[in-house]
Amino acid sequence: MNRLVEPLLALAATALLVLAAWAVPWLKFVLTIALAKGLAVLGILLLLRAGQVSFGHSMFMALGAYTVAFLAPQVPEALLLLPLAVLFSAVAGLLIGLFVVRYRDIFFSMLNLALCMVFYSVLEKFYAITKGTDGIRVTPITIAGQEPGRETQEWLIFGLALVLAVGSGLLVRAYLASPMGRALAGIKTRETRLEFIGVPARRVLLFAYVLSAVMGGCGGALLAMTTRHVTPLLSYWTASGELVFILILGGAGSALGPFLGAAAYELVRVYAAALVADAWQMILGGVLLAVILFAPQGLWGIVAGRLRGRA
Amino acid sequence: MKGKDMGAPLLAARGLRLAFGGVKAADGIDLDVMPGEFLAIIGPNGAGKTTFINMATGYLRPQAGSIAYDGHSILGLAPRAIVRRGIARSFQLPQLFTEHTVLENAALAIAARTGLWSPLARLLRPGIRAEAMALLDRFGLGPLAGVRADALNEGARKLADIAMAVALQPRLLLMDEPTSGVATAEKMTVVETLVRVLRQAGVTAVFVEHDMEVVARFADRVAVWSQGRILALGPPEQVLADPVVRREVIGIEAGSGHA
Ligand SMILES: Nc1ncnc2c1ncn2[C@@H]1O[C@H](COP(=O)(O)OP(=O)(O)O)[C@@H](O)[C@H]1O
Ligand SMILES: [Mg+2]
Repeated sequence: MNRLVEPLLALAATALLVLAAWAVPWLKFVLTIALAKGLAVLGILLLLRAGQVSFGHSMFMALGAYTVAFLAPQVPEALLLLPLAVLFSAVAGLLIGLFVVRYRDIFFSMLNLALCMVFYSVLEKFYAITKGTDGIRVTPITIAGQEPGRETQEWLIFGLALVLAVGSGLLVRAYLASPMGRALAGIKTRETRLEFIGVPARRVLLFAYVLSAVMGGCGGALLAMTTRHVTPLLSYWTASGELVFILILGGAGSALGPFLGAAAYELVRVYAAALVADAWQMILGGVLLAVILFAPQGLWGIVAGRLRGRA
Repeated sequence: MKGKDMGAPLLAARGLRLAFGGVKAADGIDLDVMPGEFLAIIGPNGAGKTTFINMATGYLRPQAGSIAYDGHSILGLAPRAIVRRGIARSFQLPQLFTEHTVLENAALAIAARTGLWSPLARLLRPGIRAEAMALLDRFGLGPLAGVRADALNEGARKLADIAMAVALQPRLLLMDEPTSGVATAEKMTVVETLVRVLRQAGVTAVFVEHDMEVVARFADRVAVWSQGRILALGPPEQVLADPVVRREVIGIEAGSGHA
């Protein structure tokens, strides 16, 4: 496929999202959430390139979200809170990464899950600091010094999410085509050979892990700025499962997959909940089943197949 | 290079021992590899030839003995640290990145040598691509550059595996059965190509080989492995004529393939 196809598609998708958010105002909220989750899912995609599935990545999302909730009173500025969330998730990613990159496959998955659950209980148990299951309300924040009205604020956060999504997508694309990214993919098929050509495989995976933690943290920060309320449920294991679900739905073949999956997931969820209030999980489950059976490369696989068919 | 026996060894192994349970895969290996020479290792399956390569490249740690490269001990170093010092290896069973193309396999080895840690530069940027293509062409793999490694036949996989090791520009190259899996008709051409590439680059080579014709033609010295020991060591015309070697090693191989 042409090297420009994906960036062009991303551009078209961006325009489409803006149009949708403009035409149907309440979609803005849903789409911002989708972009935020898409960011975290993009992080999981990175690790999947090394053949590793993190079943605990919502912990970084929760970390980013709680960073915003904790610091908003002292630093009420989105453009400062985001870098802070990046910083904290990078440090957490490094510390946790140093430990988990020693493990592979089911052990890698389950360790991430376990750490995610540990973080959940910390958030839940230390009521004095975290307000437990009640969660924390995010105090008002400015964006680039502005204190706009609600509507404008929503647009700005939506725009911020779009910029971060497109930026991260391009970054991930470049990274995956770089020597480090190709070495990362080598971990999946021949990790020992990496060592014999002089490449420290664990360090390659660690770099990807920190990057993926940062993307999770970024997504979480955006989530907190959008929903204005954070709870420990962000780090519950089902939240991590949801991210993996979205990756399978969207497809791991392109950096567009996570966002495609996240948008589809949030939209199906909203519409399914409106249609059949107590059976939306069933509809989502059905959708995932259909994807696994008929489009194992996810929604992106369908798009890519169409494009190839045309070319 | 024949008859070269002066100077310090490039690789010096002394008293290497390694047993797996009751099996003595290395039972007191002493071997000097001299700079510039082509040293063939022959011997029946299970004699410990691969184990020697594994010990010299840091994959297995001997239970006793020492290994020095260029006068410095490399005992206990990780494989990638040993690679950086200039020892590369290829494998009896090719170890390729199966979901990468042949070109990417070679390019990754080149990038590993020249600088891996650039997360935004493309692996297949012009400089690396050109070097990788030139390398593959020398191995006759040019036409297969765009093929995924898991789609190659055994012979091509073997060559790609060796090409990756050569891409590291080692001073010492250890090759484990480079011609097994290569069709008999192409074998001599393949070895000739390989030897030309290595001689040009001034690489010292150790290779495990079952084909006595290849050994006789290309080795400066031959080491005969048997049950974790070196049974004989010397120039091929002498070693291959040794009645004990003929009976115990070559005889077995001529009689039953190699058991
Ligand atoms: N990692 C290992 N674990 C257990 N036994 C091994 C291992 N590697 C080699 N061996 C045993 O050591 C002996 C020598 O093996 P190897 O060095 O592969 O022989 P060769 O390469 O000469 O055919 C064999 O009996 C083999 O089964
Ligand atoms: Mg062997």
